[in-house]
Amino acid sequence: MRTILYLLQKEFIQVFRNKSMLPIIFIMPLVQMLVLVFAATMELKKVDITVVDFDLSETSTRLTAKFEASSFFHLTRAQLSPTETDQLLLKGKANLVVTFPHGFEQDLKRNDQASLQVMVDAINGSAAELSNAYLQTVIASYNQKIRAQMLGVPKFTPPEQVNVIPAYWYNPELNFKFYMAPGVLVILVTIIGLFLSSLNLVREKEMGTIEQLNVTPIKKYHFIIGKMMPFLIIALLDLTFGLLVAKVVFGLPFRGNILTLYVFTSLYLFLIMSIGLFVSAISETQQQVLFVSFFFLIVFIIMSGLFTPVESMPVWAQRMDLINPIYYLIRIIRNVVLKGSGLLDMTSELLRLCGYGLLMFSLAVWRYRKTV
Amino acid sequence: MKEIKSDIGPIIQVKDLVKKFGSFVAVDHLTFEVNKGEIFGFLGANGAGKTTAIRMLCGLLEPTSGALQVAGFDGYHEREAIKRNIGYMSQKFSLYEDLTVYENFRLYAGIYGIPRKERIRKTDELLLKLKLEESRDKLVGGLPLGWKQKLAFSLALFHNPAVVFLDEPSGGVDPLTRRTFWDLIYEVAHQGVTIFVTTHYMDEAEYCNRVAIMSEGKIVALDTPAALKSYYKTDSMDGVFLKIARNKE
Repeated sequence: MRTILYLLQKEFIQVFRNKSMLPIIFIMPLVQMLVLVFAATMELKKVDITVVDFDLSETSTRLTAKFEASSFFHLTRAQLSPTETDQLLLKGKANLVVTFPHGFEQDLKRNDQASLQVMVDAINGSAAELSNAYLQTVIASYNQKIRAQMLGVPKFTPPEQVNVIPAYWYNPELNFKFYMAPGVLVILVTIIGLFLSSLNLVREKEMGTIEQLNVTPIKKYHFIIGKMMPFLIIALLDLTFGLLVAKVVFGLPFRGNILTLYVFTSLYLFLIMSIGLFVSAISETQQQVLFVSFFFLIVFIIMSGLFTPVESMPVWAQRMDLINPIYYLIRIIRNVVLKGSGLLDMTSELLRLCGYGLLMFSLAVWRYRKTV
Repeated sequence: MKEIKSDIGPIIQVKDLVKKFGSFVAVDHLTFEVNKGEIFGFLGANGAGKTTAIRMLCGLLEPTSGALQVAGFDGYHEREAIKRNIGYMSQKFSLYEDLTVYENFRLYAGIYGIPRKERIRKTDELLLKLKLEESRDKLVGGLPLGWKQKLAFSLALFHNPAVVFLDEPSGGVDPLTRRTFWDLIYEVAHQGVTIFVTTHYMDEAEYCNRVAIMSEGKIVALDTPAALKSYYKTDSMDGVFLKIARNKE
């Protein structure tokens, strides 16, 4: 046990003697929280819409005004030929083009129905669907209004309607930042924990200092723990710092118990560092470690539910998330921060993280060789 | 700490030791013994298999076949016990350059479980002897190579090992520094510590009690420098080495 203390002392001295360390520790969380949380938003705003009005009637002008009134759209009026509208979409100058054909109003009055053309740039499918849906809502509400005008007061009471009043729980204002911030914190502790510890170990291999250690009777798990603890502490420090930034800058509510958060994050770090140290145990150079770690990191992040809901992934992909550490912590941390979940609400996650962590730790210790 | 099995004759016993890397045979059926308190030299050109052999003796490399005992412990199953009883100085300087002299001593003393009091006493004593007192709190990375080597040597001895393995300990320094380094080795050998040293400097071979000359993984000659010189009818180890090389051709 005393050996570990000596090893920790050594690691801490080395970490803080390294001049690039303090910037990494303090600037990384700042940048991630201030840039990523604001930038990584799914909220759709200011969709560029171009209205081509060949009708120039009262109806078309009013409907155009409705589009303009919405904060969702950024509207341009133009008189363009069909080829020109194609070009508009092709060059990405408009996301949506609405064309009122000549005689739009006349058709409406004479035939009780009229058609207009909507073209959507659907490169980003979900954004296209969302903006089209929004456009349809504006048109539908306009439809109801003109129908009332044209028919006058309804002759009979309209059929019963189901009225929905949604109540958004846990994030009532649908603030996307509250959803992203906990996720970005996970990425933060992951990068600190995973990379700093695994690069540190393999650096000893590159420098040759590991040979002098390997010729001592040092215990393998002492060595591995010595490589973990300093970065675990630094990562938790960064978590604290990141949470403070989130609280101060965008008022992230914190409903859960802070201790619960630290317990889970520590278990998670134990797991992710074990994976990293396993990778460095089988690697010889920092380059190899970076390459392999990056591969897993990107797969883990994209499948984690940070940006896209896990529920909408195919079932086999959801099953794969059983071994995705980031998936666990992102869910846990969102639950703790936004819902106020406690340790007992997440016993299954707790057990899984423990088991998975111990497994990877054993693998790392086993695979670390004191021979060359 | 000193749990060497008693009543052992030779402190290192090697019989038919082989190490293969794939189809390449780096060490080919080595057989030799080293007695307690001896300065035993391993001589050979680069690539002769010296480092591979020393690494097996230190428990850093698993032998492919053959028998190996160091300080009474088996080289296959008791590698950690061997490590407790040996000191090792690698060919490439491998102390922490971003730690101070004192911090390096503290770390390794801690790993070997040397009590604090003893560590402090011994560190002061050693630094005084090596005339390194003033560098105590300097980063090791900034020291000249000769000093680093002395430091690595003292650290290899810090936990009172029975055998010290030195892999080309004085590479890259001037003859004078090398001479003072060998004074240190003699001093330690006088205290009864066995020294196992590899080198490709022929003058260093003269300092050894016995030398084994290695070529292509095999021991081609093994005796005292005097006996080797008279056998090959020459007056220097350089001559011995050249004759052996010529005989092979």
